[in-house]
Amino acid sequence: MSLETLSDQLLAEISEILAKHPQRRPALLPILHACQRRNGYISPEIERAVAELLGIPVIDVREIITFYTLLLPKPVGKHHLQFCTNLSCHLQGAEESVAAACRRLGIEEGETTADRRFTVTTVECLGACDMAPAMQVNDDYYANMTSDRVNELLDKLS
Amino acid sequence: MEKILSKHFFNPEARRLSFYLQNDGYEAARKALTCMSPQEIIEEVMKSNLRGLGGAGFPTGRKWSFIPKDSPEPRYLVVNCDESEPGTFKDRHIIEWTPHTLLEGVMIASFAIGAHQCFVYARGEYVRYANILQTALEEAYRAGFFGKNIFGTGFDLDVMIHLGAGAYICGEESALLESLEGKKGWPRLKPPFPAVSGLFGRPTIINNTETISYVPVIIRNGGEWFSRLGSLKSGGMRLYSVSGHIRKPGVYELPLGTSLREIIYTYAEGMRNGRKLKAVIPGGSSTPVLTAQEIDVKMDFESLAAIGSMLGSAGVIVMDESACLVKALAVLGKFYQHESCGQCTPCREGTGWMTRILHRILTGRGVKGDLENLVRVANNIQGNTICALGDGAAMPMISFVTKFREEFESHIFHKRCTAVR
Ligand SMILES: Cc1cc2nc3c(=O)[nH]c(=O)nc-3n(C[C@H](O)[C@H](O)[C@H](O)COP(=O)(O)O)c2cc1C
Ligand code: SF4
Ligand code: FES
Repeated sequence: MSLETLSDQLLAEISEILAKHPQRRPALLPILHACQRRNGYISPEIERAVAELLGIPVIDVREIITFYTLLLPKPVGKHHLQFCTNLSCHLQGAEESVAAACRRLGIEEGETTADRRFTVTTVECLGACDMAPAMQVNDDYYANMTSDRVNELLDKLS
Repeated sequence: MEKILSKHFFNPEARRLSFYLQNDGYEAARKALTCMSPQEIIEEVMKSNLRGLGGAGFPTGRKWSFIPKDSPEPRYLVVNCDESEPGTFKDRHIIEWTPHTLLEGVMIASFAIGAHQCFVYARGEYVRYANILQTALEEAYRAGFFGKNIFGTGFDLDVMIHLGAGAYICGEESALLESLEGKKGWPRLKPPFPAVSGLFGRPTIINNTETISYVPVIIRNGGEWFSRLGSLKSGGMRLYSVSGHIRKPGVYELPLGTSLREIIYTYAEGMRNGRKLKAVIPGGSSTPVLTAQEIDVKMDFESLAAIGSMLGSAGVIVMDESACLVKALAVLGKFYQHESCGQCTPCREGTGWMTRILHRILTGRGVKGDLENLVRVANNIQGNTICALGDGAAMPMISFVTKFREEFESHIFHKRCTAVR
C-alpha cells in the first residue's frame, strides 16, 4: 500500500486540504504543493500515493507534474537558485549572474552541486522586473543580482 | 494627482486591518452591501469606465452584467493574480502592500454578481506574497468581513486563495479555470464564455487583481468621478510597471492617457548613463514594440490601438541603444515556445520555428529569406489558435522585424550587431 509513503504530518495536512474542497480533483494541486514542501520533490512513490488517495490514475498525477514547472519530479539542492533570464532581467545582464553562480559552484545551469546544497536553474519572468536582474531562492525573491551580489549571497547561504 | 492603490505602497503598517479601517477601509463594501442593489453597483462600475487591467481591456461593468440574473444557480468570482506577462509586476505590489483593498473589491464584486465563493489564483512563485494576502484574509474573517451574514445583511461570502505552479498560460482565463479544477492549464474553446459556463460549468466572472482593487474607490467616490480621472473611453488610473534600461524601475500609478514620454522621462527619470532610447514595449511582452519616435502616444486603450500597438497589462519595457533587438526578440521567442500549451499546431510548432530562426540569425547563421519566413510563420499563428497566447507570440515578431529591420539585416548579411556597447 503506497499510502504509507506519506508521513502522518503530511497526511494530516492533506486531509485538511481535502476538507476545504468539496470536490477531490481541485485539491490535487494544493496536495502536490504540500507534498513538495515536505519532501523537496515529488517522488514516483508519492505520485502513486496521491493518485490512490484521490482515486485517479497515476498518469493523471504525472501529467500535472510534467505540465507545471514548479512541481519537481527530481530532487534539487537545499538552495534552489532560480535566475530570471527573461527580457527585463536580460537587459540588466542576468546571464552574467548565472555565469557567476555556475563558475563559483563549479556546475552548469540546470545542475546540482555534489554536496546537494545548490541547484542553479534559469526561469521565465518572475513578476519582479523592477528588481532586475531578479532571482528566487526557494520561496524568497532577491533583487539586483549582479555577479558581486550573487557571490555575496552564496557566502551567506550555507 | 492623488494616488489610490499605491498611496501606501512600501509601508508595512498599511497591510494591517487596523490601518485599513482607520483609512475608511471596508466602508465602500458596507455602503455597497447595505445601501445598494447589485444592479446599482454594476451601473456605477459601468459609469466608471473601468476596463479590465489584466490585458484585454474589456469593460468591467459590462462583463459583470453578463452573469445570469434571477437564477438560483451558484456562480463564482475568480481573481486573476497569475501575473506572468513579462514586464508586469503591479499585482504583486497590490497583494504585498494593500491586500485589504483587493479583499474589499472582492466583497463588492461578489455581491454585485451574486457569488458566495471567490477564488484568488496567484502564481506559485508568489508564495510569500500570497501568504501576506492570506494573513489579511484571516484578519478580515475574524473581524466578520467574510463568512456568514456580512454586515448583518444575510449575504455570505467565502474566499479561497489558490496557488498556481509555474505556467504562464494559466493567466489565460479559461486555462486558469482548468487549473483551479485540478487539471493542466489548457485553454478552453470559446464560446461558451465563462460568464455563462465557467468554473465547474457554472457562471463565473474572472477579473484581474488590479481591476477588482479599483472597485472600492469607485463605490466610495462614484463612477463618474473615476471616469473623469482617465481619458474618454478608458476610465481612471492604473498601475504602470516600468522596467528595463531606466533610471527608476517600479510601479507608477497614473491616469489612463498619460503619455509614454512622461512615464519614461518624468516618472521613471529617463535613461541611464546618458544612453539613447531605442525601443519600448508598452503593455507587456505580447504587445507590439514602439520606436523612440512613437513615445508621445497617450497610454490608453484607444491611442495605442491607433498606432498599431496595445496597452495590455501596462508593463512598459524600455530598451536603450545598448540593447540588441535580435537577442531581445530571441529571448521572447524562447519564452513563448516554452509557455505554449501545445494544443494548437500553429502556436506549438510556430513558436519553435520562430525561435530557431532567431537563434540562427543571432549566431551569425542567418540567411536571405529568414525575415520573410519569420513574419510568415507569425502571420500563420495570428488568429488561428484557441487562445491569445499565439497572437502574443506573433505580434512582437512582426513589429520588431518591421520596425527595426536594418538591425536584423545587419546580423544576417554583415554578421554584425549594431547595438552600441
Ligand atoms: C496567455 C495569456 C496570459 C494571460 N495572463 C494574465 C495574467 O497573468 N493576469 C491577468 O489578469 N490576465 C491575464 N490574461 C488575460 C485573461 O485571460 C483575462 O482577460 C483577464 O484576467 C480578465 O480580467 P480583466 O477583465 O479584469 O482584465 C492572460 C491572457 C492570455 C491570453
Ligand atoms: S494558442 Fe498556444 S497556448 Fe493558446 S491554446 Fe493554442 S497552443 Fe495553447
Ligand atoms: S523579466 Fe525578470 S522578473 Fe520579469
